[in-house]
Amino acid sequence: MMARPSLLRHVIYVLRSNKVTALASAGTLLLVAVALLAAWIAPYDPIASDVSHALQPPNAAHWAGTDQLGRDILSRILLAARLDLAIAVSAVGISFAVGAVIGGFCGYRGGRLDRWVGRIVDVLMAFPLFVLAMALVAALGNRVENIIIATAVINLPFYIRFARAEVNVRRNAGWVEAARACGDGPISVVLRFLLPNVLPAMAVQISLNLGWAILNAAGLSFIGLGVTAPTPEWGIMVAEGARFISTGKWWLVACPGLALMLTVLCFNLLGDGLRDILDPRMRT
Amino acid sequence: MLAAIARRVGRRLVSSVPALFGVVVITFVLMRVLPGDPAVFFASGPSAGQAEIEALRHKMGLDQPLPVQLLHYLGDIATGDLGRSLTTGQKVTQDIGRKLPASLELTFTALAIALSLSVPLGVLAALRPGSPVDHAVRMLCTLGVCVPTFVSGLLLIYAFYYLLGWAPDPTARIDIFASTPPEITGFYLVDFALARDWEGWSAAARQLLLPAFTMALFVLAPLARMTRASMLAVMGSDFIRAARSLGLPGYRIVVAYALRNALLPVLTITGIVFSTMLGANVLVEKVFSWPGVASYALDALLASDYAPVQAFVLLMAFIFVVVNVAIDVLYGIIDPRVSVE
Amino acid sequence: MTAPLLQVEDLHVSFSTRQGVVQALRGVSFSLGAGQTLGIVGESGSGKSVTSLAVMRLLDRAGRITQGRVLFRGQDVTRLGRSDLRELRGAAMSMIFQNPRAALNPIRTVEQQIVDVLRAHRSMSVRQARAEALDLLRAVLIHDPESRLAAYPAELSGGMCQRVMIAMAMACKPALLIADEPTTGLDVTTQKAVMDLLAGLTAERGMAMILITHDLGLAARYCADIAVMQNGEIVERGPVAALFQSPRHDYTRMLVAASPRRDSTLADLAPGLPRPQAGARNDGVRVPGAGPLLELTHVRKSFPGPVHAVDDVSFVLPQGGALGLVGESGSGKTTLSRLICRLADVDGGEIIFQGQSISDMPARDFHRAPQRKLIQIVFQDPHDSLNPRFSAFDCIAHPLRRLEGMRDGAALEARVREAAGRAGLPEGLLERFPHQLSGGQKARVGIARAIAPRPKLLVLDEPTAALDVQVQAVILQLLDRLRREDDIGLLFVSHDLNVVRMLCDDLVVLKQGRIVEAGASAAVFANPQADYTRALLDAIPHFEPACHAERESVAL
Repeated sequence: MMARPSLLRHVIYVLRSNKVTALASAGTLLLVAVALLAAWIAPYDPIASDVSHALQPPNAAHWAGTDQLGRDILSRILLAARLDLAIAVSAVGISFAVGAVIGGFCGYRGGRLDRWVGRIVDVLMAFPLFVLAMALVAALGNRVENIIIATAVINLPFYIRFARAEVNVRRNAGWVEAARACGDGPISVVLRFLLPNVLPAMAVQISLNLGWAILNAAGLSFIGLGVTAPTPEWGIMVAEGARFISTGKWWLVACPGLALMLTVLCFNLLGDGLRDILDPRMRT
Repeated sequence: MLAAIARRVGRRLVSSVPALFGVVVITFVLMRVLPGDPAVFFASGPSAGQAEIEALRHKMGLDQPLPVQLLHYLGDIATGDLGRSLTTGQKVTQDIGRKLPASLELTFTALAIALSLSVPLGVLAALRPGSPVDHAVRMLCTLGVCVPTFVSGLLLIYAFYYLLGWAPDPTARIDIFASTPPEITGFYLVDFALARDWEGWSAAARQLLLPAFTMALFVLAPLARMTRASMLAVMGSDFIRAARSLGLPGYRIVVAYALRNALLPVLTITGIVFSTMLGANVLVEKVFSWPGVASYALDALLASDYAPVQAFVLLMAFIFVVVNVAIDVLYGIIDPRVSVE
Repeated sequence: MTAPLLQVEDLHVSFSTRQGVVQALRGVSFSLGAGQTLGIVGESGSGKSVTSLAVMRLLDRAGRITQGRVLFRGQDVTRLGRSDLRELRGAAMSMIFQNPRAALNPIRTVEQQIVDVLRAHRSMSVRQARAEALDLLRAVLIHDPESRLAAYPAELSGGMCQRVMIAMAMACKPALLIADEPTTGLDVTTQKAVMDLLAGLTAERGMAMILITHDLGLAARYCADIAVMQNGEIVERGPVAALFQSPRHDYTRMLVAASPRRDSTLADLAPGLPRPQAGARNDGVRVPGAGPLLELTHVRKSFPGPVHAVDDVSFVLPQGGALGLVGESGSGKTTLSRLICRLADVDGGEIIFQGQSISDMPARDFHRAPQRKLIQIVFQDPHDSLNPRFSAFDCIAHPLRRLEGMRDGAALEARVREAAGRAGLPEGLLERFPHQLSGGQKARVGIARAIAPRPKLLVLDEPTAALDVQVQAVILQLLDRLRREDDIGLLFVSHDLNVVRMLCDDLVVLKQGRIVEAGASAAVFANPQADYTRALLDAIPHFEPACHAERESVAL
């Protein structure tokens, strides 16, 4: 449908003209690389404790300092990237795939199905979502998979609503009616015409949601759900560091906090940049 | 006018009944899949015999079909019986009634702070797009959503308690050696004010400020971003151009014409923001050892004490529905198009 | 000679956009005396709206006056400070806009908004201002003005909103009124009423008026002088009669030719084009021996609400014939076209195509029907009707792939090129995406897509409504040629009686879902039977200079 070289050229054009997006893309790539290679680039064993070097502030040997057990915080941050990214990506992937299809058909078909799905979505949205995620993890069991499921469930209503609304405004567009006049049935209209056109807007949503999903997962482990110690995870590291903040040991909180923040920042900035890349109207 | 508002409130409350019912059903289902058999918990101890547990199951209605159990559950909720907490040994409704004001005081203070900062910032940015103010606000918005409350809260403690010493020890609603206000509303600021104990009031306020700011910082960004975007859109709309073409004074255009219209989407997003804050309550209360319902529920959850958790989830959903009705009614008052049906 | 009221001298305006700086005006000069009327005519993008906004200094941030002066009563508007400007706007010169509903504040009542204007320029109490607001509403002939005072814009019709806007613009008795496409988006009959009101009020109060429009006929009817704009310049200016009888500039000549008059034929509109089959049009002569292609009997369709969208409509379209469906918005003509294309289901009655009923099969399943490929449609908005993610080639190939099961290859390519060629779309454009095509080119892609599967019936839902007049002329001729050469039956849906007359043998006039009149085009045009048809005919802009005696408003 789309000529590859022109897409590539467009991506380069956007990255050139928008430095922030270029930076965010580079940051995201770096992040993925770190997540994949963490086991090799981490300077220390993230789980091995060394009490003689406990609670050291950042120094030449330990760039991000050490925690109460003397573990190297930088190594733990690097290894945690893999887990946090995996949780966020799989949760958002699930809710996007399920939500886009459900929302797409509801928006196109309307009628009773749409009303019922709408009602269920309304009920899900009536819960404060973090609280719902908490309850879900509590109900399903305190495991990493369940963090993913809980995060996917609380994201789902947004994707359903979003896809539904985007499809709904387009369902009577001339090109949709034209597709019907050309012999396309409902399934083909939704999957081949409507969803591809909704995709750019959804990609932006996905990128923003990745950041949100990471915050959410970290929040859950901060309060003691999902991931358990001694597994390195940003939320748990902050939770463990919290005990020492009143005594001025800032690096235990600030370093994993900074990693969390930079990750979310990258995804959010990338979301804005993606909009420019994926919108064919911007291409000249 | 008043009758119309009352009708609207009534209509919205009625229309939120299905959502509330759904909330109850979901909570019920969650409770059924929660690990552990409630009867085991209620039995005298791990040593309780099988027969004893079976008897308890029967007594609690756990051996009946699910729809019947759901009916019982609905009946319990209607009569205000949400069960007993295993850890405190108290009725859950009593526990929550005592702790709820602390949470609400925190949440509403945070919302007030967030709104009073974000709306002016958003408007300023929108009136001068591309200016340093605009860039600063946009940067704040971008960064604001990236910092999780539990990190920003801890860093604020580090800065204001450890480094500067301006804030009190972040451990409770009031210093342990200070006296609590007379129990009237449960909101310390209100109770101290009613008792005219201004010293106590300022102590409570100082205690409240840091957690409230932490929470406000988190929702500042979406509110300011929405204010800026909708103000920009309104300032570029046809009717503002028409108002300028008719020579209306500048402040009148900005305040009476643009701002009132621009606040409508901000009002809508306030509902979502409020929901986020209810969730963030869990994190902030934990960070600041704030004795609210969220930390109560969290402690219960970690102790596998599920009755308080269910009650908490239900309560949060209920508060959110009520707040949404309130926002909807406000919306109807500001925007005549909504009441025209 | 006294100085003119408004004198624009060598005005240049540029816009900074993402693509760089765009010159919107390149040296526009004109003058206007007190009480005079001037029409500024041009296609979209010619700079006519920018001119009016620049005169009022209402350009948005991206736009800048780079050169030239705007003298209003001898004072240079381009150099005025903010507060001086504010005093001028609304009091000495004011403006009314396209899309009147959007120009009013949605959350203030009509009365509050008029009072705002009055009190901005005149020191008067709220009570006085309210009384005057009522007088103003009476002056703009709003029905039941007392109760309209408390109304919000959303509660008023488009025509009423424009009357309120006119009341606000006139509130402080300005000397100059600029009307920027004041009737675009309103129904034809409302259009005439609003324009009559505007012309009457400005004449009565001795105000000068600038009318900005894309419609040459409208400008000719209501203005004494006309200025024609193209690419940010005024290419010709003169009194109406002179401009029409002897246009000097090529562009004016083309514009005059392309604007349909009551007696023009398709060939007149775009004289440069090759004629379809030599000889004049043969109205009324049908292809011999052909039975009906499409027959509607008592077709009904209703949407939630008391009014039927389509109510008991019956007509016959012969093989290879052309039938026009005429009506204003809300007449049900678009609903009817969707029913005939089987994109929606009828509630009652029957649609018979080539002797077979096609209304029994639900619209949802019609994509599998054998008739699907024989009934094709061209949509109103050419931009909206193309999938933004398909190239022109894919758009045209789509029906061939779906309906004829063709695979990529030489055969498909040949068919696409043939259809594009017949629709007059240059081959070089086939690889482009919709956003890279002009409005006229997109319309051609839409037509090529519709004729690619070789249909027998082509439904055209206002295919030219969104196009400039000269593009419209070319497209109309193209459709006529397709019909004659390929024997395709045309069902042409339009609000414009005059356009329908030129293309169609027969026409059906719809009002609120019902047929009010039907018959041969020429006969209906010469001797309309229904009042409604007469009103529609009367609303067709004339080219004769405005005749004041004719200015009574049509009550509908």
